Amino acid sequence: MKHLLKGLAAATSLAAIVATSAIAEEPKRGGTLITVLGSNVRNLNSAVQSGIVTGFPGAQLFASPLRYDENWDPQPYLAETWEVSEDGLKVTLNLVKNAKFHDGTPLTSEDVAFSVDVIKANHPFKSMFAPVESVDTPDAHTAVLNLSKPHPALLLAMSGQLMSIIPKHIYGDGEITDVKAHPRNNENTVGSGPFKLVEYKSGEHVILERFDDFFIEGRPYLDKIVMRIITDPAARAIAYENGELHMGAFESLPRIINRLKKVDSLTVTPDGYGAIGPLDWLAMNTGGDGPLSDVRVRKAIAYAVDKNFIQNALMQGTASDSRTGIHPDSPFYNGDVESYDVDLDKANALLDEAGFPMDGDSRFSLTIDFGWPGVKPQVEYVKAALKKVGIDVEVRASADFPTWAKRMGEMDFDMSWDTVFNWGDPVIGVHRTYVSDNIGKGVWSNTQGYSNARVDELLEMASVETDVEKRKALYAEFQQIIADELPVYHTNTLPYHTVYNTEKVGNPPIGIWGTSTPIDMTYLK
Amino acid sequence: MNILRILVTRVFYAAVLLTAVLVLNFSLMHLAPGDVADTISQSMGGADQELLDQIRADYGLDQHFVVQLGRYIGNVLTFDLGFSFFYNQPVTQLILERLPATLLLVISAQLVALIVGVVLGVISAQKPNGIASHFVTFLALFGYSAPVFWTGILLLIAFSLQIQWFPVAGMRDVTIEGGFWVKAVDVAQHLVLPMITLASVFFALYSRLARAAMMEVLGSDYVRTAKAKGLRERTVVYKHALKNALSPVITLAGLQFSAVISGAVLVEAVFSWPGLGTLAFQSIIARDTPTILGILFFSALVVIVGNLLTDLALRLVDPRVGGKK
Repeated sequence: MKHLLKGLAAATSLAAIVATSAIAEEPKRGGTLITVLGSNVRNLNSAVQSGIVTGFPGAQLFASPLRYDENWDPQPYLAETWEVSEDGLKVTLNLVKNAKFHDGTPLTSEDVAFSVDVIKANHPFKSMFAPVESVDTPDAHTAVLNLSKPHPALLLAMSGQLMSIIPKHIYGDGEITDVKAHPRNNENTVGSGPFKLVEYKSGEHVILERFDDFFIEGRPYLDKIVMRIITDPAARAIAYENGELHMGAFESLPRIINRLKKVDSLTVTPDGYGAIGPLDWLAMNTGGDGPLSDVRVRKAIAYAVDKNFIQNALMQGTASDSRTGIHPDSPFYNGDVESYDVDLDKANALLDEAGFPMDGDSRFSLTIDFGWPGVKPQVEYVKAALKKVGIDVEVRASADFPTWAKRMGEMDFDMSWDTVFNWGDPVIGVHRTYVSDNIGKGVWSNTQGYSNARVDELLEMASVETDVEKRKALYAEFQQIIADELPVYHTNTLPYHTVYNTEKVGNPPIGIWGTSTPIDMTYLK
Repeated sequence: MNILRILVTRVFYAAVLLTAVLVLNFSLMHLAPGDVADTISQSMGGADQELLDQIRADYGLDQHFVVQLGRYIGNVLTFDLGFSFFYNQPVTQLILERLPATLLLVISAQLVALIVGVVLGVISAQKPNGIASHFVTFLALFGYSAPVFWTGILLLIAFSLQIQWFPVAGMRDVTIEGGFWVKAVDVAQHLVLPMITLASVFFALYSRLARAAMMEVLGSDYVRTAKAKGLRERTVVYKHALKNALSPVITLAGLQFSAVISGAVLVEAVFSWPGLGTLAFQSIIARDTPTILGILFFSALVVIVGNLLTDLALRLVDPRVGGKK
């Protein structure tokens, strides 16, 4: 009955919207946004816990020095202005003067210096701040990051959820590595972001409310955000459809995405995931002396596996083409590389040339792994596709993620389906897969055992090149080589989609960081 | 005195059982390749070897198996279930927060399944070949053979999407303001679908058993005698026969209690019911050993208490049970 009443209320508010929609849309203050997290939150402190689940509440609770617009241009946030010195070795942040933590304590450059220390000690993405040697605090509102070498990745690393400024007066009470398990990470968590924590109930919800002393005048627009924790994608889909949820992100099941696209009240969009950069790919272990150490075999596999089938049949058109290790939405993406359109003759010829002649109906056999049930169709498809060119593939299931992660980390596999994220600048999430000094260092390292001196050199240069155009050229060449040598056969993006109620949600977070960004400009119509 | 003796032996058995549960499961968890450091790294989008090693050292996962097991059992003996690796919270707190939701779901589903099952079983026993009886048989077979997650989604589509009577997920609507009763009604609304889903499986068992037991009792001499005395059909069925037909149903209900709890894992997952089932599921996936063991500890406790209550209930309906021999 409650729901009937809700429907009635929605109908009348719809009438109100129709009546006023002639006027240009102005953000409205107030209201409670009901949104959703797809899995339980481990830790709300985004300075020590990365990942997309913590990213959403984390970016609301904690502010970062910069934010990015949808064109990948940095915008002021906690830093009013910032400058990078001529030699690229000093980055000066001029902080806003009115920023306060939710407990009323003013935010100062001390907190910035402290947060850099905490992130360096605890955050998994070491490359973000590795070149940062020290942070000077000449006055309360100036922080100077001293670098050992130019570090162009730093700007993106200072946005979204990657550089949460946490209060020193709360988290500075013990050893710096203990912040990982600090009691205030999940309870009474205090930041300087647009929303403050009301309640986190494990497995149930995270509730945030407007921080009235937020340093940007008049923001945020929403009074409250309820993040419900609903782990079942089918249940989430029904909740979007019947209006129980206003908005949600990271929906990736093609069947559900396509169903929701047909619902009139909803907008379903793949926009907003460029910086997170999730990619699906077929990893090939190039180490050892098996067939996969021969680049011709890897190319033959790419020609035999039809990525159109993966994109259109398995992903049902929800995923886009992605040919290199950099997400297609990134300014560094170079799609002008070999696309490996399916060609079985070429594949057979390459395998013959590599010295694996057809013996009966088979040349040799390989195994393929997968780490979670969602990608089993891809793996089964690869098996069927490679059978056509005489490669027998045995599918190896893993009981769960750790089992698979261990196999990957120890490079105990031939091929595997994998999903890896860019996490902002290529230095953070791309280099790790291809540089030779990161071979076999756990899951999502260079598990392919791939080593190419020119790639190492290019990536090293790109990590210190401050000129954007020169950097793009370096990454373009890198992507050419990767597409040519195929340590990984890149097939498609992971089809993350944001779903929101078109009539209710104004200005949803579809910039480059998805929901891992402050939603102080989102409003309810 | 009798009850006291039962309690003492029960507590002894319980202690043995709990130790076995903990040691076995700890060993099983340890045998599986990979550990919680991997899933923590997964939740963070990847971590380097250095951080993985640090996490393992922090949680003592780099120690020898025997040392880890010994330390864990030692803690349990001092009533300390430890710290969840994955959630960085005391396990006891994590579980106690979730236990009420699971108890509410499991007990209400069990009661509904029992009451509806027995009533329908009795009705169909009276006319074993009537239409009503066939209908009950059909319902029972359907409930028993349909997987709960499927039944759950089906009910969601019917009653949350097509006819919007019930909410989709969770246990409460946090936007609702109001006193105790308003909130109780809200929880009740959220409870209906998961409860029916869970009850549908067990209703099948109880109705079939009640039907069989009732038919047997209805054919016995004393029922014929009662009928011959001229008692009304209703009195015969509900006063004389039912009590005797009930004891096998109650015995089964007690035995099934652990099955209801495991059924709750799936139902909770479908309806995002914030109970132990969801926590168990997530902890197993995350390899969060202390939490899994804590949940097993508590579920074993609940089953033990459930069985004890079943015994007591049996004594109430059937004075022959536990009487002086």
